[in-house]
Amino acid sequence: MTATAEIETGVRRMNMIEAINDALDVMLARDADVVVMGEDVGYFGGVFRATAGLQKKHGKTRVFDTPITECGIIGVAVGMGAYGLRPVPEIQFADYIYPALDQLVSEAARLRYRSACDFIAPMTVRSPFGGGIFGGQTHSQSPEGIFTHVSGVKTVIPATPYDAKGLLIAAIEDNDPVIFFEPKRIYNGPFSGYYDRPVEPWSKHAGCEVPEGHYRIELGKARTVRSGDAVTVLAYGTMVHVVETVVAEAGIDADIIDLRTLVPLDIAAIEESVKRTGRCLIVHEATRTSGFGAELTALVQERCFYHLEAPVERVTGFDTPYPHSLEWAYFPGPVRIATALEKLLKD
Amino acid sequence: MPDTHNRRSANLPPLTLHVPEPRFRPGDTPDFSDIAVLPAGVTPRPPEDVKPADIIGHAYGLVRVLDDEGRAVGPWDPRLSPERLRAMLRYMMLLRAFDDRMFRAQRQGKTSFYMKSTGEEAVSVAAAMALYRDDMCFPSYRQQGILITRDYPLTAMMNQIYSNREDPLKGRQLPIMYSSREYGFFSVSGNLATQYPQAVGWAMASAARGDTRIAAVWCGEGSTAEGDFHSAMTFGAVYNAPCIFNVVNNQWAISSFSGFAGGERTTFAARAVGYGIAGLRIDGNDPLAVYAATQWAADRARTNNGPTLIEHFTYRAEGHSTSDDPSAYRAKEEYAAWPLGDPVLRLKDHLIVLGEWDEDRHAAQATELADYVKAAQKEAEKNGILGHGLHQPFESMFEDVFEEMPWHLAEQRDQMLAEQTRKFGPGWRPE
Ligand SMILES: Cc1ncc(C[n+]2csc(CCOP(=O)(O)OP(=O)(O)O)c2C)c(N)n1
Repeated sequence: MTATAEIETGVRRMNMIEAINDALDVMLARDADVVVMGEDVGYFGGVFRATAGLQKKHGKTRVFDTPITECGIIGVAVGMGAYGLRPVPEIQFADYIYPALDQLVSEAARLRYRSACDFIAPMTVRSPFGGGIFGGQTHSQSPEGIFTHVSGVKTVIPATPYDAKGLLIAAIEDNDPVIFFEPKRIYNGPFSGYYDRPVEPWSKHAGCEVPEGHYRIELGKARTVRSGDAVTVLAYGTMVHVVETVVAEAGIDADIIDLRTLVPLDIAAIEESVKRTGRCLIVHEATRTSGFGAELTALVQERCFYHLEAPVERVTGFDTPYPHSLEWAYFPGPVRIATALEKLLKD
Repeated sequence: MPDTHNRRSANLPPLTLHVPEPRFRPGDTPDFSDIAVLPAGVTPRPPEDVKPADIIGHAYGLVRVLDDEGRAVGPWDPRLSPERLRAMLRYMMLLRAFDDRMFRAQRQGKTSFYMKSTGEEAVSVAAAMALYRDDMCFPSYRQQGILITRDYPLTAMMNQIYSNREDPLKGRQLPIMYSSREYGFFSVSGNLATQYPQAVGWAMASAARGDTRIAAVWCGEGSTAEGDFHSAMTFGAVYNAPCIFNVVNNQWAISSFSGFAGGERTTFAARAVGYGIAGLRIDGNDPLAVYAATQWAADRARTNNGPTLIEHFTYRAEGHSTSDDPSAYRAKEEYAAWPLGDPVLRLKDHLIVLGEWDEDRHAAQATELADYVKAAQKEAEKNGILGHGLHQPFESMFEDVFEEMPWHLAEQRDQMLAEQTRKFGPGWRPE
């Protein structure tokens, strides 16, 4: 997908950070109940600059810094939601979300159910996740599988600036708690998986064309990245772009599906594709065991078993903590993906 | 049903939300004249077995030993020999030279990340000197001075920073996340404040075993907001744990000033008061105050008088890390205007006042230490820098996840090795 030379009016080229910033800006302006908070998000505008300028524009009681306590941030967001606000807390890195687990898993996720809709937790927790930036084990993790395992939270992961804005707006407007994981490796440009090649900016990718103002991308709707008949590849976040590169290089007629939302999942799109191609590769950066790929594998074999021509393949991160110096041996890069595709397409 | 409940009155004033704001932002001229800097020497030094309730004022004061003329005054003066003072100065200067060099190495692309402790050298060096060598330290990421003061090899620190083939942590951790059981230095975590309850646990174990060793733990003032900090205080109080809680109040937590951890209302040492723990607020840029307070707290812990919380009032002179640009959120001149000065210069001045040091020796030592660090760097770089191939063996990635490798990791290791062959050709393994 390459950006068109001409760009429509009302559309701007943005990287993913700008698109997220724009989504927050639009929602802060549209809905007086929206508040944005987190460590360093106020005056400074976030360590990745996702909230830059928002405090100045919308005021200190709408966009503010918080104490360094993730448990506190999410607990406070539950309380704000109980009052009727629509908080958008940021957890500075997904690796630091664990102190907040109790408030997320036992409280936010179950509030609607246990109070029979007396109280809800309409929060969107934004957090950068994933590796490929030499961040070591505390700035690289992909913990989405922890949240998809919890009943009552939605999990959303964008792969382009266009999607990031539309999905974030839909998440903020959603009345249930949403974990919105932002693939930080592709904040500034899509990643081919070749760490030794120059970084490509978003401006060369069609996904950078972001309409101004308000638009939504419905949660639970996947995106077809590339249509094909030879094999279905299911991916999300950074891995969508790595898969695209590998498939293009190998000249495989793959059907690449960017899931965009893990819960709720676009099962119809998956079924349609796998029944057509008969082969399925699942790619994620997170560790393998009990990862979201395991859930996808089970679903595919439950629903498409008689259409499958080969066992479902998974490409994932390894079941070790994210290493520092051996990052590129850990990362599920082009070689791992190509090997799996060859195996799937062997006969 | 009779209406017995208060109804909302129509004419109550609207509530307002308070959001803290630091006094100076970029472009402002910082003026710290309102910070109450008690004169050196005026704070009494209570006996080590004093009840916390009897020294509540110490949590709101500021213990200082070095006065503006560089003299050591008052009851907290630890009366160190000139040799000890010179050793302290040397370690602090070595730490600064090390930080400067490694910061530069990161900027040269030799590693991914670095964090300096500039301006906070006294906090780690003087504390490490006051503790016994076998006391156990649970540092945050800004107490590299403890390792340096315990004579941990600089090359080993650099090997860790470079994640190279001699990295004691096998290239697994982000730079500066050192670990050395041998040197009484607990593995540094990236997750803030986790070390706080861990230190208490170590101290409880030592007490339960009838050992004589104590624990000391450090975190920044920003990190005191984490639940782990408060869990540690509760356990420390409940079990009278032989543990020293150090809060390094360097005013800034990345871009958030201390007000976002509660610093607008009270001191960080005052956190101790509510828990019934002894609290001391001290001049963290005064190496002798840090030494004396640590010694006092250590004696207290060693004699079963329980934990002490020490707030080191200091200033983060540089960016949070190599990923940070502080000019985006704080006034440039803050450090220059900081009323408590530079800890290295203050100790230097003290030694000069004592007639035990002079400018020439100081300059010569600075050069000598810079060369010493440079030589260590050269040595370390023989083992490789980040991303240049001289790393730990690929398969080491799968070691130490468990004591024994389960089948699935063994399979993944073999898969990874096959990937290297595919990537680099059959000859990639230098066997
Ligand atoms: C649990 C957790 N949350 C957030 C972070 C990100 N983070 C790293 S350092 C830092 C600021 C810490 O400030 P402070 O405790 O004052 O220590 P200082 O850096 O000033 O020494 C933050 C928010 C983290 N490492 N861990």
